[in-house]
Amino acid sequence: MDFYIAAIIQALCFGPLVMGLFLSMKIFNIPDITTDGSYTLGAVITAVCLSRGYGLPAILILSMLGGALAGCCTAFIHTRLRINALLAGILVMTALYSVNLTLLGRSNMPLLSHSTIFSWFSVFAVTDQNTLAVLIALSAVLFFAMSFMLQSDFGIAMRATGDSESMVRAQGVNTARMKVYGLAISNALVALSGCLIAQFQGFTDINMGIGIVISGLGAVIIGDTLINLLKIRAIPLMLGCVLLGVILFQLMLAVALGAGVDASMLKLTTSLLVLLIVALPRVGSTVIQLSKR
Amino acid sequence: MLELHHICKTFDKGKATEVMAVDGVTLQLEAGSYTVIVGANGSGKSTLLNLIAGSIYPDSGKILLKGEEIQRLPDYRRSPWVARVFQNPLTGTAASLSILDNFRMAALRKSPKWMKRGVDRRFKTTVAEKLTTLGMGLEDKLTQVMGTLSGGQRQAITLLMTVMTGVDVLLLDEPTAALDPRSAREVMEIADRIIRENNLTALLVTHNINEALHYGTRLIQMENGKVVRDFDNQTKSGLQHGEVVTWFDYY
Repeated sequence: MDFYIAAIIQALCFGPLVMGLFLSMKIFNIPDITTDGSYTLGAVITAVCLSRGYGLPAILILSMLGGALAGCCTAFIHTRLRINALLAGILVMTALYSVNLTLLGRSNMPLLSHSTIFSWFSVFAVTDQNTLAVLIALSAVLFFAMSFMLQSDFGIAMRATGDSESMVRAQGVNTARMKVYGLAISNALVALSGCLIAQFQGFTDINMGIGIVISGLGAVIIGDTLINLLKIRAIPLMLGCVLLGVILFQLMLAVALGAGVDASMLKLTTSLLVLLIVALPRVGSTVIQLSKR
Repeated sequence: MLELHHICKTFDKGKATEVMAVDGVTLQLEAGSYTVIVGANGSGKSTLLNLIAGSIYPDSGKILLKGEEIQRLPDYRRSPWVARVFQNPLTGTAASLSILDNFRMAALRKSPKWMKRGVDRRFKTTVAEKLTTLGMGLEDKLTQVMGTLSGGQRQAITLLMTVMTGVDVLLLDEPTAALDPRSAREVMEIADRIIRENNLTALLVTHNINEALHYGTRLIQMENGKVVRDFDNQTKSGLQHGEVVTWFDYY
């Protein structure tokens, strides 16, 4: 049971990341690979700030600002220099590796001796329950903030930018600037996830971001499949589906590991799982069409 | 209202595919006039519309809107005054957004999009009232996503969206090219009504000679990037369908 609670805790730590990826991939239609770098950046900033004794609010804000800056870089390269978004993301991600290494000063840093967001809030005696409570509260704040933003006038302009650029430019929106805002918010959320994970697992590692975009993508696609399956149009329900997606995804991974998959095979398992999730709706619809013939 | 002075635009300058799309066009559009542009494919009429809208910039020449030079402004900074309806019905509206959200964007054409909820009950009533004028029953489908509507309905909504705020110029780039004859007639009637009721300065590009003769107060023919024929309201009303067809039969 503890095993699965740990999976849910991990999933909720990934909550902001998945919200961010939903924003960049589904709302803006930009495949943003910066994620791998900005996630680690969030964790690195958290480690540096914790070791210098900064307060929690400062840590959260600085991590998110770092991520936002990384997102701005990708968006600038993509919109101003007119470079493919995928390439822009890879460029910034690669550059961030050196930035992260320089900031951290070494390849990993243990944080167990510092007081974190999870130890700061102590209402429940059991650590897991306490951690879960903090994460549920954070996810709730995130959920309401995101659903407010996406339903606001600004959010409608964001969604329209991903949908039809010529339409939204005709309504007086600078789409290039909109993409900068969008990728900044998206990567700030990704960095927040890095910040949470670093505090939860008690260390920051320079390689912790490798392949994180795929884990996030798997969750977003589960959420998207749910959205299409249930024909959901309302923004809050969509965000709910995405959060459900990340929990389902982490539980699937937990089941796989529980069934005896070797831990060193984790990335391979993740990739195969995402492949399965991506392929299943397509294969499924083909099978349905064939059976109707 | 809108003045074009010696506008030139060349694509692929210096390459083998170099083409002079617009060649020194000078044009004055009076306030409240409805000008129709006809011309063969590649005659430069769509380029002219794009130059006015700001999606491309002229190589030389000036564009004046109410006396102000606008030729260097990007399209999203001209949109407070210049509205347009595209040839492709999918372009003018955002497909995955609801009708209501599309109208919200149109209502904010002249203002910044802040982080506040703008779609309230009063806004819904306003949009529903506007949609009733189309007579398509869309006022009951406010939350439906735009992608589920037909091309004709989407063009009609795009037209209606242009007059949510007071624009001066309306550009219609073959708005009925992708529609069936009945929807095309409906959309043209709606456009005509909106132009007259709001006293807009309109510019219509069309390949349909019946539309060109039936609508508008002025008719212009373009060829090889130049204006070759120009009829005012009086001489235009004397034109016959067959006569206009001969303009295109020069082979």
